[in-house]
Amino acid sequence: MEGLTSMEKIRLILDGVRDGNIVILEEGLSPDEESKLIEVTMTEISPDDFTGIEIETYPKSDAGDQTLLDRLMGRESAQKLTVIGPANQLKTLHKDETLISALVSRK
Amino acid sequence: MGLLTNLKDSISKVSDRLFADEEPKRIGIYGPPNAGKTTLANRIARDWTGDAVGPESHVPHETRRARRKEGVEIERNGRTVTIDIVDTPGVTTKVDYKEFLDHDMEKDDAVRRSREATEGVAEAMHWLREDVDGVIYVLDSSTDPFTQVNTMLIGIIESQDLPVLILANKTDLPESNIQRVANAFPQHETIPLSALEGDNMDEVYDKIAEYFG
Repeated sequence: MEGLTSMEKIRLILDGVRDGNIVILEEGLSPDEESKLIEVTMTEISPDDFTGIEIETYPKSDAGDQTLLDRLMGRESAQKLTVIGPANQLKTLHKDETLISALVSRK
Repeated sequence: MGLLTNLKDSISKVSDRLFADEEPKRIGIYGPPNAGKTTLANRIARDWTGDAVGPESHVPHETRRARRKEGVEIERNGRTVTIDIVDTPGVTTKVDYKEFLDHDMEKDDAVRRSREATEGVAEAMHWLREDVDGVIYVLDSSTDPFTQVNTMLIGIIESQDLPVLILANKTDLPESNIQRVANAFPQHETIPLSALEGDNMDEVYDKIAEYFG
């Protein structure tokens, strides 16, 4: 995903989700990309075909990856794990800082 | 020549700034569907201009187009703050017309409503990136504020460096929990209110003047 432009990333995500897949991003999206993802998702919703996306993000467990200096300086890893799926198949049950529980149903 | 050009540039910069200061700030009212954004927009507009912004409803996505009320002059401590209020459709990542069928709507009406809602949300997201100078983020304090949409939206607003005032609305409901809203966004101040009952509006106007004046 690194070499892709924002719109290419969004296209890749939405194509995956519209094919019924759950897309997991290890790098997450920037706030600007999240905003565009919502905007493009809205333009693609159509009755009886695509009802939108369910999206959940949480910071990656990063204590082990951080250097001592990072931890001393209070720097947090910017990496976050993002899970995106079709709204009619993925339902978030519970989310806290370390765990997302979701119900995934088949079409 | 160089001196003259510099002088001209300085004058135009100063006049630009003067005119910029005179222009009302465009304040977007954002938040999830059914948080009471239109009720708040109407309350502010009625209190200071006598007019309403748009119809309120318990059916989600009643507001499907961003609605603007221009030149709302709010007086605080002898100063006047002029803002344009933009009431936006509730932001969401999904819209299913079938949910409207639960509100006694025919399929055609429900499909049309959902199409308008999706266009409205797309428009609201675009406005947020391009056209607002500050944000009033309205949350229903009787529901869980720790949702993905709220977290994403607040992140988007912060990334734009926009001033944001978080309002914990619906304090008139018995399930209202202001502390839960404050805990969800500890980096921001949370102001409680009931836009419906008009409770604590004085503090809301004080904060609007402070944040956007």
